Amino acid sequence: MEILGRVWKFGDNVDTDQIIPGQYLSIQDPKALGKHCMEGIDRGFSARIKPGDILVAGANFGCGSSREHAPVAIKACGVGAIIAESFARIFFRNAVNIGLIAIECEEACRRIGSQDEVLILPEEGLIKNMTTKEEFKFAPYPPLVADIVKAGGLLPYVRMRLRGREGE
Amino acid sequence: MGMTITEKILAAHAGKDKVGPGEIVQVRPDLLMINDVSGPMAVDAFASVGAKRVFDRHKVAVILDHFTPNKDVNAAKASAKLRAFAKDQGLPHFYDAGFGIEHVVLPELGLIRPGDLVLGADSHTVTYGALGAFATGVGSTDLAAAMALGETWLKVPETIRLDFRGRSSRWIGGKDLILLAIGEIGVSGALYCSMEFGGEAISRLDMDGRFTMCNMAIEAGGKAGIVEPDEKTEQWLREVMESTGGRAGTVSDGAQFRISLRDLRSDKDCTYREILSFDVTDLEPQVAAPHLPSNVRPVSDLKSVEIHQVVIGSCTNGRISDLRAAAEILKGRKVNRWVRTLIIPGSRRVYAQALREGLIDIFVDSGAVVAPPTCGPCFGGHMGALAEGERCVSTTNRNFTGRMGHVTSEVYLAGPYVAAASAVAGRIAHPEEV
Ligand code: SF4
Repeated sequence: MEILGRVWKFGDNVDTDQIIPGQYLSIQDPKALGKHCMEGIDRGFSARIKPGDILVAGANFGCGSSREHAPVAIKACGVGAIIAESFARIFFRNAVNIGLIAIECEEACRRIGSQDEVLILPEEGLIKNMTTKEEFKFAPYPPLVADIVKAGGLLPYVRMRLRGREGE
Repeated sequence: MGMTITEKILAAHAGKDKVGPGEIVQVRPDLLMINDVSGPMAVDAFASVGAKRVFDRHKVAVILDHFTPNKDVNAAKASAKLRAFAKDQGLPHFYDAGFGIEHVVLPELGLIRPGDLVLGADSHTVTYGALGAFATGVGSTDLAAAMALGETWLKVPETIRLDFRGRSSRWIGGKDLILLAIGEIGVSGALYCSMEFGGEAISRLDMDGRFTMCNMAIEAGGKAGIVEPDEKTEQWLREVMESTGGRAGTVSDGAQFRISLRDLRSDKDCTYREILSFDVTDLEPQVAAPHLPSNVRPVSDLKSVEIHQVVIGSCTNGRISDLRAAAEILKGRKVNRWVRTLIIPGSRRVYAQALREGLIDIFVDSGAVVAPPTCGPCFGGHMGALAEGERCVSTTNRNFTGRMGHVTSEVYLAGPYVAAASAVAGRIAHPEEV
């Protein structure tokens, strides 16, 4: 698995209201949520991004409410991965559970610039900045979290596991 | 290197000798909980993965407490869905309207044991840490997956130790201590961390006060709040055991605690992210002003604030000690005629105890409204919503914008003494003023 895309940068404490404002929480369809992604901080974001593009942010990304709509909107609008200095706990969990790659790497966040082209190799724990040729290492997901992400999220993963149990 | 109590519990549930902060572990929880708000989504997700039966019917609790007795058709539908699920799965731990609020009910029914690992689809699941359990909130999808598989993944949090020292006045309870701490460290001061409460003031605090403190760990961003079990914990558990008999999966079913009580404490050589110390000597009762639980002031700073409603209840302060505190103030007094005063026992058991002690008589005589156990006004759900510009002193845990009603309404968080005194005074008041 690899992700290649252009970088969109954000600061510290991007909260879930900025990612998907409360007025859209009654929407269930991921595509429709994706259209409003980041609307509370950057109107028009979802129209600009291309599939596989990467969010690079500061500390405490996704703080605020536990709404699963936030990572769903980011994933649905085409974002391939988020690299942040740190994530709020429930956001990180929800991201993994819906199969959205979330990576903590402080150095990368400081050094990667807006619009740089970046390649992420999640399994190897490697980020390559194709624009500046810099490389950054991060701790790859531990096997069980990696399995969830690889399955496409928690529900597909559980489906797979349950089928496996029946076969036992 | 030793481990903190949090790390010990996670290690025991991951089948490991040792775990450290940052490590991601696969754990097998002792209890899962859904309610009438988070439950319907979890039940749908559970069905969507093709799961037929929950992993262990004794380890899934379903409780209807937020919109109960059902306030409207939608709430009734949600309750009906969960009732059907509980029936179909044959869940012994199904608690319908009237049992009370989840975080009051589950401990008093003996469903939480020291050293347990509990996941609830509700952010205030952290309450159970008062018994020396590791308990945290997750989303509905997470909970659904855990119901199907009997396991989930957790990242081992760093632990912050909060020591409370000194001897406080009689008006100070768990609420004042936790508000003091949140005021100090802020709403993300313990982000992702386990908050371990200790020190002489915690040793002196009763179990109800400890539940109040752990309940609000989430208001500082904490993943869990926890208190090391001591004689008070043991005494409390003995009483629960006596009152509940021997149901499966409870403290009283004779099953051994996973970690012996004696080992259930942080090692001397464990690693804390930081150790904070709070002196509670001469502490004034604390109040969190709108619109953040960290906006904390001593009560005397707010004495000019006129109020329209008082709520005494919730998973934070709806236990018997809280009602006793309120009754101490309200006995022989009348609540101000312009202040609606709602008193909501946290559970049926608390209600029955309050009846036996004559507290309900005191409340009714004072002019307060005594409601059946429910979350009700705490989250603006039903019963006691606020109109435009109204102000409420509440013993609940969140005072975010619009939490209890209209977006321009205001919630001041306080303990039961201040809430009851304010009900009498018609404005925010120190208990000594009435
Ligand atoms: S009493 Fe309030 S905080 Fe507690 S579970 Fe109910 S709604 Fe949530």
